[in-house]
Amino acid sequence: MLSISWAWVRRWVHQAGSTRMGLDAWAVMAWVLAGLVLLPLLVVVRLALNPDPEVLAHLWRTRLPEMLGNTLVLMAGVGTGTFLLGTGLAWLVTAHRFPGREFFDWALILPMAVPSYVLAYSFMVLFDYAGPVQQVLRAWFGPQVGLPSIRSGAGAVLVMTLTLYPYVYLLARAAFHEHASATFDLARTLGANRIRAFWQVVLPMARPSLVAGLSLVLMETLTEVGTVRFFNFPTLSDGIFRVWHGFMQRDAAVHLAVLLLAFALVALLVERRLRGRARYVQETHSQWGIAREPLTGYRGLLATAFSAAVLFAGFLLPVAQLVVWSWKQLAGSGVALWGPVYARYVRNTWMLAGLAAVFAVLSAVVLAYGVRLRATRWMRLAARMATLGYAVPGAVIGVGVLLTLSAADHALNTWTRAWWGTTAGLLFTGSLLGLTYAYVVRFMAVAYSSVEASLEKISSSMDAAARILGASPGRVLWRVHLPLMRVGLLTAALLVFVDVMKELPITLLLRPFGYETLALWVWQDVSESLWENAALPALTIVVAGLVPVVVLLRSSTHRRSRS
Amino acid sequence: MALRRFALLVAASLVVLVVACGQTSPVPGTPRDFEETATLPRQMAKEEPVVYVYSSRHYGQVEAAFAEFTKETGIEVRFSFGKDAELRERLKAEGEFTPADVLFTVDAGNLWLAAEEGLLQPVESDVLAENIPEQWRDPENRWFTFSLRVRTIAYHPDRVVPSELSTYEALADPKWEGRLCLRPSTKTYTQALVANLIHYYGYEKAREIVAGWARNAAEFIDSDARILKTIAAGGCDVGIVNHYYLARLVREDPHFPVKLFWANQEGEGLDGRGVHANVSGAGVTRHARHVNNAVRLLEWLASEKGMKRFADGNYEFPVNPNLKPHEIVAPWGAFKIDPIPVYLYGQLQAEAIRLMDEAGYK
Repeated sequence: MLSISWAWVRRWVHQAGSTRMGLDAWAVMAWVLAGLVLLPLLVVVRLALNPDPEVLAHLWRTRLPEMLGNTLVLMAGVGTGTFLLGTGLAWLVTAHRFPGREFFDWALILPMAVPSYVLAYSFMVLFDYAGPVQQVLRAWFGPQVGLPSIRSGAGAVLVMTLTLYPYVYLLARAAFHEHASATFDLARTLGANRIRAFWQVVLPMARPSLVAGLSLVLMETLTEVGTVRFFNFPTLSDGIFRVWHGFMQRDAAVHLAVLLLAFALVALLVERRLRGRARYVQETHSQWGIAREPLTGYRGLLATAFSAAVLFAGFLLPVAQLVVWSWKQLAGSGVALWGPVYARYVRNTWMLAGLAAVFAVLSAVVLAYGVRLRATRWMRLAARMATLGYAVPGAVIGVGVLLTLSAADHALNTWTRAWWGTTAGLLFTGSLLGLTYAYVVRFMAVAYSSVEASLEKISSSMDAAARILGASPGRVLWRVHLPLMRVGLLTAALLVFVDVMKELPITLLLRPFGYETLALWVWQDVSESLWENAALPALTIVVAGLVPVVVLLRSSTHRRSRS
Repeated sequence: MALRRFALLVAASLVVLVVACGQTSPVPGTPRDFEETATLPRQMAKEEPVVYVYSSRHYGQVEAAFAEFTKETGIEVRFSFGKDAELRERLKAEGEFTPADVLFTVDAGNLWLAAEEGLLQPVESDVLAENIPEQWRDPENRWFTFSLRVRTIAYHPDRVVPSELSTYEALADPKWEGRLCLRPSTKTYTQALVANLIHYYGYEKAREIVAGWARNAAEFIDSDARILKTIAAGGCDVGIVNHYYLARLVREDPHFPVKLFWANQEGEGLDGRGVHANVSGAGVTRHARHVNNAVRLLEWLASEKGMKRFADGNYEFPVNPNLKPHEIVAPWGAFKIDPIPVYLYGQLQAEAIRLMDEAGYK
């Protein structure tokens, strides 16, 4: 079996070496990948075709309008918030000089490592009626004084903006760094002032990156379940679980998930529209970044204070809270109870995140390169559809993958039983293979948008030149594109890694028996309101998420900017 | 050449993945084992000393009771935790190949549903029948419960006199306006309580009561522990919570100011029907491979020693009335429990949510 497939691979690789076959092999590979990623989504859509109409009618009559409204409010709020915060901060640190700029340049990415449910519960514990902040306010100013309830739409928007803005920041910053400088300088030479050059040249050029970041944010917002529940702000994805867990109607729940997909499709269309036909290609690489304008006096202080405030609220505050709780826990019985399992949890978490990152990026490269070589309408559509998993709540993807895999497993066992009279057991369901597959389905968009964005920046004249010199498409990818895309690939891997580390519902549903991760540990304790116990694993998720952030930063800031 | 290298990279990654799978997925029993268990009669099948549990009940403390079981019987208990709906979904998908021998949950509704969906098998056992009162097990012996979680009224003694309190229903009275903290309708604890009202009062009357609660609500808080702390801080005066959350807070701080009131103890008819209780329980899965071990685990949990250990782990009340509860909750006094068959919570759950949606209960 193995030798056959090896021979096949070798023959195929050999054929792929020749130019004509190369194109086709890439296209076939891309199609197969898109198909694999789409399969569980199709299974889900298939389930959604026969929901209990009564449950849906009831929902439309009662809660659904509110949930739809909340979903829109949340998307608008978080979208605006992350765009302003992400773009603004990125421009501040790439094009200005102020006290602490070097530090904030990388530190402002840190909130990305904090899962939004962790930020949500630390905000809740700090700022709700029983929390220390309001206790102090009441002690100082009397019992009638208090903040508006944190359990509200505003609370949800605030928390999600703070944890999601780094997606926009990261991509905007890279765009400003990498390919804004030459045009910016040019615009300045032609007499535009800095603000005008930013609005009319830099921002439009960075638009593909900004839109990519923003669409990730919006998809995350659509599928967020934990935070909205903490803050009593039921959205459509919360409704899915209401129907599934509450009404115990899986198919009607999936039906709502498809409705959610419709939202995502609209968002994707808008994204296409916004990106438009614009293809901004940097033909020459400026060695220098944008000339930084010094901010002096109060303006410099203001810039520092603002950056510090964002960093404080999105990172330092929750982390300090976690450190205090972890300390309490460790000082108590924590070490003896959890010490032995702790290392295993960390190892498991890293293993899953690493596998998912590698496979998601590999798949994204194949897909994006397939599209580049064979840019047919259908190919583009397939690639787009393959990223839709990001707009479906993890649990629904989980069900789709579970049904797909178990069908494969049962078919396999029927087959082995018929031929060899024995069963192979479950090879896919509840294995790391199945779990990784589900992660790739879910997080393809994260890897793809980053890979696609950096591939797009490479001028097609490079391809042409290399091909004229006789290189096969595979060789062009290996020798030309991949080295140029290094930062983009790392970004993609980092984003997937961090996302999987925070991921809960898919892990919960599809992991091997008893395979525990940090996110599961956090979930178990948080769902029992044992926040102190959840602090240590949550802190570990944050810290472990910092490592790839640092790696990425080291590799992306090789190019020194002039200051 | 380059593509070959790329393909090698993919292949290498796949190999790593497969190796990783082989190392870390502890799917119990080799295919051979499975064949043997499938062909031999159950009692004769030799079982490894291990039992696999799918559990939606996830406390660190639980492990103390199970460690005790392992020490006594030599049977290792392995857990995989999850949410109820997802665990059922996985059991269904895995079918005859499921690794799980036991399904453990914390809500009667979920046990009922698992039994309805054919995921559990009946267990005939004198030990279980003798130690577990009829109300607390499935009429067809597909699931059994071991401890009770009482959902009742919590109040701040500085602002509420116990004599003002009586029943769950009475909390709909306008005098509690803006003084009540409630758990949202998404939680099964809330759903079971409302299912209880529907059972006794019928849909219309139950909706009026629930709408009254919703009108009186100061805030909906998705955490019983946080509800108790909000009452302590003065954010509201009364709330409805599971008793063991208070026990945990009292363990941390013996002077924690909030008290519990056992609801529906006195009065005629429904007013005195008893306090609302839900359960922690388990059943043996239909395709369990370690049936004997699974039954032994259930029997051990039903035994006096096992049940006491298990219930104490989370300050719950043992279903066996001869056993004393944990010393933290014992001083809270004896109480009468609503005699409703708990599987009704499962049957009425969807209706309960529908009712809350209509009544404006968040």
